[in-house]
Amino acid sequence: MTTDTTPTIEVSRTTRARVRPKGSRRELFAWYLMRVTGVALFVLALAHFSILHFIWDPAEQTAEFIATERWNQIFWRGFDWLLLMTVLFHGFLGMRTVVTDYIHRPRLREFTLIMLYTLAFLLFVIGTQVILTLPMRGA
Amino acid sequence: MSRVPLLFRYRGREGMVAWAFHRLSGVGIFAFVVLHVIDIYLVGGNPELYNEILTFYASIPGRLLEVVLGAALLYHALNGLRIIIIDLWPRMTVYHRYLWWASWAIFIVVGVPGALIILRPVWLPLLQQLGLVA
Repeated sequence: MTTDTTPTIEVSRTTRARVRPKGSRRELFAWYLMRVTGVALFVLALAHFSILHFIWDPAEQTAEFIATERWNQIFWRGFDWLLLMTVLFHGFLGMRTVVTDYIHRPRLREFTLIMLYTLAFLLFVIGTQVILTLPMRGA
Repeated sequence: MSRVPLLFRYRGREGMVAWAFHRLSGVGIFAFVVLHVIDIYLVGGNPELYNEILTFYASIPGRLLEVVLGAALLYHALNGLRIIIIDLWPRMTVYHRYLWWASWAIFIVVGVPGALIILRPVWLPLLQQLGLVA
């Protein structure tokens, strides 16, 4: 008789998003990364949205506002860069899941994934560039 | 059967709807993030064009889209937390429907005031016209 430690609760596949992968270290790492960045985004993304919609109004947010007010401190530049990093990993890992769910032809799937990763890298480059190079000006 | 869209073919009740909304909101937020990183890049490269785009963000149609974005973000955040809770604590699977309805309760309590703040330029002039506020 084998010792079975599986939980006795019947789990419908639909109640869980994606079962923790077994056997592939890479997939397990992606599975954890999705959850870690998800928790980080719960704070970072909701704070970012709240600050720029509830404290400031979109009508006030000109290019001048960003240079003199929003990105006037290293802290907020760092905050937005951290948000960029987490959202890129979370968003592109999520899109990778969607692509592999719906695109089955191997070459089309590979092409779509390469386009996706290229876009992620491009957004990383331009996002990082603007955060690092926009002159810091006092109000 | 194959004519029924994939999303509705399998009737899995709350868990299924939660999954479908999670995917739709996720893809929607992804599309906005791509647009948003590009528009912020313009702050350094082409501030005039950025300010022009910003007038759309501040317009009424822009604000309605921001409410949709905020709703997608809030739903995705709350449901994502529900998924993580069930993943790390499988016994919560028994209560996953309660978690789902609890996430909707938080969604309404946080989301409705948030939407009202963003849509201030829609309802404030109306109240002023009616003489209800100065």
